[in-house]
Amino acid sequence: MRVAPVMAILLRQWYLLRGSPVRALPMFAWVGIDIVLWGFISRFLNSVSGTSINFTAVFLGAVLLWDLCGRVMQGLTTAFLEDVWSRNFLNLFASPLRISEYVTGLVIASICTSMIGLGVMLGLAVPVFGLSFLALGLRLLLFLLVLYGFGVALGTLASAMVLRFGPASEWLVWPIPALLSPFCAVFYPLTTLPAWMRGVAYALPPSYVFEGMRAALAGRPFAWLPALGALALAALEIALAAGYFVRVYRRAVRTGLLARYSAETVS
Amino acid sequence: MTARSEHPTDSAAPLALRVRDLRKSYAEVLAVDGVSFEVATGEILGLLGPNGAGKTTIINTVLGVLTPGSGSIRIGDVDVSRQRSLALARTNFAAVYASLPGNLTVAQNLRFFGLIYRVRALSSRIEELLGQFGLAALRDTKCGVLSSGELTRVALAKALLNRPRLLLLDEPTASLDPAAARDIRSAIRALVRATDCGVLWTSHNMYEVEEVCDRVLFLSHGRILLAGDPRALPREHGARNLEELFIQLAREPLAHPAERLA
Repeated sequence: MRVAPVMAILLRQWYLLRGSPVRALPMFAWVGIDIVLWGFISRFLNSVSGTSINFTAVFLGAVLLWDLCGRVMQGLTTAFLEDVWSRNFLNLFASPLRISEYVTGLVIASICTSMIGLGVMLGLAVPVFGLSFLALGLRLLLFLLVLYGFGVALGTLASAMVLRFGPASEWLVWPIPALLSPFCAVFYPLTTLPAWMRGVAYALPPSYVFEGMRAALAGRPFAWLPALGALALAALEIALAAGYFVRVYRRAVRTGLLARYSAETVS
Repeated sequence: MTARSEHPTDSAAPLALRVRDLRKSYAEVLAVDGVSFEVATGEILGLLGPNGAGKTTIINTVLGVLTPGSGSIRIGDVDVSRQRSLALARTNFAAVYASLPGNLTVAQNLRFFGLIYRVRALSSRIEELLGQFGLAALRDTKCGVLSSGELTRVALAKALLNRPRLLLLDEPTASLDPAAARDIRSAIRALVRATDCGVLWTSHNMYEVEEVCDRVLFLSHGRILLAGDPRALPREHGARNLEELFIQLAREPLAHPAERLA
């Protein structure tokens, strides 16, 4: 892995963000709206529920962490789509750039942009709605790692899908986080789900994060083993997604798809 | 007519590119059928042929964005299939269908690709190329708003960033007016003289090919039909000029591709 080509991918994203503030808007606009909406919902539930449950921590915290995972995925996919939209594949892949360098650049770009989103969410949720992650302690770091990892895996998979099925498949990519959220048990315990949905949930690392978060906030003992298992699962899913991306890329080189990839290429 | 000169005129010159028995088919269509040729350092080789002859397929295989069915490609002494990244670090290209991202400025594009090609002293190299191609005034202009001629000059500046030993130019002057095209041809000839870079050039402008190329290969249905000096070939084959020879060759009956696949 060489530094300069990875820096090139990062620099390109920086140029695009600097040159068009509109591109920066999605990094914080939607997550900011989510925080405001769920902040008021949580405040309302706290005022009427009469229970000891802290809805701000349970709901608003869950929204914040789930939005972060979605931002990582969308940040990576958007960086990839910039090359689709500007028809830049031939210039990129007929160069010494290695696939590993390209994907690494996209991942780092996505981590950087999602950090901005995280900062905005915390900036709203903590002072305005009194959200505190202090009860999570070091476990928060583990949760963030799992969510970043899963977001990277999803983003890599989504990019591979666009490369495989053509630019028109872009519309398949955006709903992925919404499609997965019921399975990840973002707002409710896993036991709420029917058995078949729980089966799917066990393959999704965020479901362990949200279970763990609820357990910690309720003062129950924290099960480290499943949480560490979720981290390993996220790492495995990153490796699988990267393998799929490389496989799709090689197929595209073999069939000539990469060389003629344009507006509506599907083969 | 037979292929005679797939090898450089100066056989002692080191090779910038060596293609051996290259074959590529798409489903039932044989696009390139056992093509072998070489480009020497300091040589400009014209790759000519009608649309669908296999020129772009050859260029794409050399650039590593298309896997050959069989055969070998060496850039200098590096095998593209085995050391793709190293081979492409010595290569660059400009093609009318591969424009640079329109949402970056001229200077940003050059810096972006300069980093990918790991160009040393990149800032001074960018300044040098901006001056060489008359792009200094456009350095902060987004490529998406440039004219065709300006875009061609930016694409050539990008193609020369890494001082390539092999340069692939796919119809580099296709969208230029005659004066701009002449300037570009002069610039590339000067570059070849100064750097000993080998150039593989495709064009449908036969006057341009006569002016620029040291040697040409005529392709049809994925095969080399004829090769030689573009200034001598028309006389040798009873044509008034290269364009007339091109038309003769393009119309020459060949075995149907499907028959050759059988």
